[in-house]
Amino acid sequence: MTTKIKIEDLNVYFRETHAVKNVSLDIPQNRVTAIIGPSGCGKSTILRSINRMHDMIPTARVTGRIILDSTDIYDRTSSPVLIRRRVGMVFQKPNPFPAMTIYDNVIAGYKLSGRLNRADADEIVESSLKRVALWDEVKDRLRRNAMDLSGGQQQRLCIARTIAVKPDVILMDEPASALDPLSTLKIEELIEELKDKYTIVIVTHNMQQAARVSDNTAFFYLGELVEAGGTRKIFTNPEKKQTEDYITGRFG
Amino acid sequence: MNGMRVRSLKNAGMMLLMGLATFIVLTPLIMIFFHIVKMGAGSINLDFFIQIPSPPGESGGGMANGMVGSVILILMASVIGIPTGIFGALYLSEYEGNRLASVIRFCADVLSGVPSIITGLVAYTLIVVPMHGFSAIAGAVALGLIMIPIVLRTTEEQLKMVPGTLREASLALGVPFWRTTLQVTLRSGLKGIITGILLSIARVAGETAPLLFTSLGNHFWSKKITEPMAALPLQIFNFAIAPYEDWHRLAWGGALVLVVVMFGVSLTARWFNRDRSIG
Repeated sequence: MTTKIKIEDLNVYFRETHAVKNVSLDIPQNRVTAIIGPSGCGKSTILRSINRMHDMIPTARVTGRIILDSTDIYDRTSSPVLIRRRVGMVFQKPNPFPAMTIYDNVIAGYKLSGRLNRADADEIVESSLKRVALWDEVKDRLRRNAMDLSGGQQQRLCIARTIAVKPDVILMDEPASALDPLSTLKIEELIEELKDKYTIVIVTHNMQQAARVSDNTAFFYLGELVEAGGTRKIFTNPEKKQTEDYITGRFG
Repeated sequence: MNGMRVRSLKNAGMMLLMGLATFIVLTPLIMIFFHIVKMGAGSINLDFFIQIPSPPGESGGGMANGMVGSVILILMASVIGIPTGIFGALYLSEYEGNRLASVIRFCADVLSGVPSIITGLVAYTLIVVPMHGFSAIAGAVALGLIMIPIVLRTTEEQLKMVPGTLREASLALGVPFWRTTLQVTLRSGLKGIITGILLSIARVAGETAPLLFTSLGNHFWSKKITEPMAALPLQIFNFAIAPYEDWHRLAWGGALVLVVVMFGVSLTARWFNRDRSIG
């Protein structure tokens, strides 16, 4: 099992708040790693460190190292733009570009970067939409506005948009928490499908979801990593009492 | 049952008060509009739009040079005011929390509160004095300075309404920050920004004071922007205080044209802003 992302001694501060404390974690390639923990434990903050989204927040400060393959993404020579093309992100609420068609949303990563090759566009759109099992539902209305889709379809469109730019890693920040059960199921099936080609890190509030979709689970509490390991082990035989209490619903 | 009666009575009383307030607000507007139409309509004919003013004592003539002059002045002012305002607003909204940003925001607020005649004096000092003469350029600078804070603040408000999740969506796809700003943030706020620009144009189109000692006015066609240029509000002002009956008539016609144009611009602005959804 190859390590895709190696987090070493990660600390994240927002002004004086120490949000993530000395976290070290290995994320294996072509596996689904779930990050769980009660609200405010730093789950999303860790996730957003992996594609340098904190760069946009002037008060945020990140120390430590995150090694993607062999590049330290926080090295002075690393470009956040190039990192984000390798590490895609799917957000909690579906956020397709509202002024764009379904078609344009899929190739938005290329279009907005000004590096779209017209000849490849159709191919990228079709294969990306097929990958997220949305092609059959939308192939006759690719030129319609993306906002005409249902919430679940919009989220799958956002995943298609993410994989269209050919990342290695997909970060998902509670990707199904704004969706109905059926759409949630589809997203979970999709995650299962995608892991043969991508390394997936998913933040979730939903214990059952973590148990269903992930191979590995990391449990965080108050900004610290409490326990990480195989999902089965974490859910059936956790080493720490805190983990057990959280998973069995005694707090959080 | 009695309580119900009291409440209906209160309701009727309040409705009456609000109706009265609406009436009071609208009355001056309607009176001004009707008076201008009554006095100005007679002066509006083809000549009014294609002739320059006739000399005192002769009847006829028009305000074509004033209208064309106003258009040129507003275009030049827009070149100064619109880019400056938009780029300033981008700085304020995209680099929020920056100390310089709050200084700029404060300056813009002060600038928008400066009486327009003072802005005219600034343009006089900056342009007219060094160039040794009144000019359309000086007038455009004065109007441009008035436009900047209006465009800046309305644009900033629009950009702030663009959801952060859209910026993040774009950045997360590996789109550089500057492209995200121009193609996602600015584009999403475009309708509101256009509205702001139109309102700033409507505002400066009627400005007279800042042109008094900058553009000065001109009874003839202006051929160069380095020379004095006629403008509709200036012409109205000059003709209205002149002792000639014909000129008064022209001034009323000019006032009517100005009001109609501003009304049109405001309506267009509203039309642009009719759908506030992002996109």
